[in-house]
Amino acid sequence: MMPRRGKLGRLFAGVALAAAAAFAAPAWADNELDTYKKMLADPFANPGNLYVDEGEALWKKPAGPKNVSLEKCDLGLGAGVVKGAHAKMPRFFADAGRVMDTDTRIAWCREQLQGIPFADSAKTAFSARGKKSDMELLTTYVANQSAGMPLSPQLGHEKEKEALAIGEALFFRRGSLLDYSCATCHAASDTRIRLQPLAHLTENKSAGKVVGGWPVYRVSQESVRAMQNRMWDCHWQMRYPSIDFGSEATVALVMYLTKMGEGAPVTAPALAR
Amino acid sequence: MQLTRREVLALSVGATVFGVAGLRAGGAVAAPEDVKKLMMEFAGGEPKTGRIALTVPEIAENGNSVPVSFAVESPMTDKDYVSSVMLYADGNPVPTVASFTFTPMSGKAVATTRMRLAKTQNVIVVAKMSDGSSFTDTKQVKVTIGGCGG
Amino acid sequence: MSETKPRIKVPETAAAGEVVTIKTLMSHIMESGQRKDKDGNVIPRKIINKFTCEFNGKPVFACNLEGGISANPYMEFTAKVTESGTFKFAWVDDDGTVTTAEQAIAVK
Repeated sequence: MMPRRGKLGRLFAGVALAAAAAFAAPAWADNELDTYKKMLADPFANPGNLYVDEGEALWKKPAGPKNVSLEKCDLGLGAGVVKGAHAKMPRFFADAGRVMDTDTRIAWCREQLQGIPFADSAKTAFSARGKKSDMELLTTYVANQSAGMPLSPQLGHEKEKEALAIGEALFFRRGSLLDYSCATCHAASDTRIRLQPLAHLTENKSAGKVVGGWPVYRVSQESVRAMQNRMWDCHWQMRYPSIDFGSEATVALVMYLTKMGEGAPVTAPALAR
Repeated sequence: MQLTRREVLALSVGATVFGVAGLRAGGAVAAPEDVKKLMMEFAGGEPKTGRIALTVPEIAENGNSVPVSFAVESPMTDKDYVSSVMLYADGNPVPTVASFTFTPMSGKAVATTRMRLAKTQNVIVVAKMSDGSSFTDTKQVKVTIGGCGG
Repeated sequence: MSETKPRIKVPETAAAGEVVTIKTLMSHIMESGQRKDKDGNVIPRKIINKFTCEFNGKPVFACNLEGGISANPYMEFTAKVTESGTFKFAWVDDDGTVTTAEQAIAVK
């Protein structure tokens, strides 16, 4: 599946990149943003840690119509094994017949073990002000249990390879009102929108730093956000129709991004704007 | 009677809060009237510069969580210590951000926290000593708007 | 709405007379009272307005917080310890709820 590369597409790409580069800030801004980030960087001060604690308690708490905890959830390393599981995602799950990322698999376990419908998890996946989302709490805990381990997306199974191919195609496919693709903003180094540096997601080091850090505590939202939220958020920012939680498309993109960041350590929850 | 900024600046002389000393060159402007009033009330007069150092980043990527830190030179003994420090943000809807109370058991008069800044503005700290003297420091923080409109 | 236990970092041991650094992190939305809901109504303020730290019953550090302190308030400060004992921390919500925590330190 070839990405669209018509004349108009190239024009837009040029304009977008030019716009992004045009806002290249002076050198002092780079250093001062680094100062800001360093001052915020104390890992203890990261409110994401509070989500880890709360997520762990929630994981172990009986819930849903079946009144059972999530402790028997199989995240790919066997029922009940949480440590190290997130680092080896996404992967194909035979019992579900599809490839899943961490967020999606947790929602699946909530349905299978606890009786909480997948659609309910999807609907309440993103925290609103004053109401933390269970999904974000759980995903933060699970991801944190892989802290320090290298990102190792599973690519042995035919469906896993297919997800990677789809993810790559989606990453480069332009569409919707702005004729944007993920690549419009995220396929080059040293670019920014206003003073916001853009991650180079097709380059291993940059991708690894980003993907390894998610779920992140987003300072601008005063909440932790997981990768499914990032996929949804990026799509509305690109003025695409809403992309569904746990959909084949989001998981494929997460597979591609994880592959791009392969080998980088999990640092979730990181701190980000 | 509302003084204009220029009039206030014109009235200030010497090592007062509006002096260049303690303000970043080309950065901070004079604190608005209401914060100045709050500072004077707290300090019981015009605080001097020196002895307290404020650390904030020059730019913040987002105004929700701006790291802020201060340290006051003081022996922190029973006879000579920092009794309290006020933290202000002169462009916030509520300029008073926090007040910190110390005792000789604090060991040092230092603190670090995270504050919200509604926009680019001055962050100001005022320390009051056990002997009634007061000191201040102020720095401007530029708050930037993010990438995709947030 | 803080269902989580605060996180506290206090050294396990210290020398007599040493000034130790203490870090605390509390889960709280810190609703400033400045925001409006989608109908334009002001969302009422609900914050942690006071944080205190005592050591063996004596005050060490306190902070009165306003809405300008970030969500999930982080407080870092110091304490001079001359004997072993227990730090007691308290966070007071606008609604009167008090959350407390304790941490012991062994001082040689």
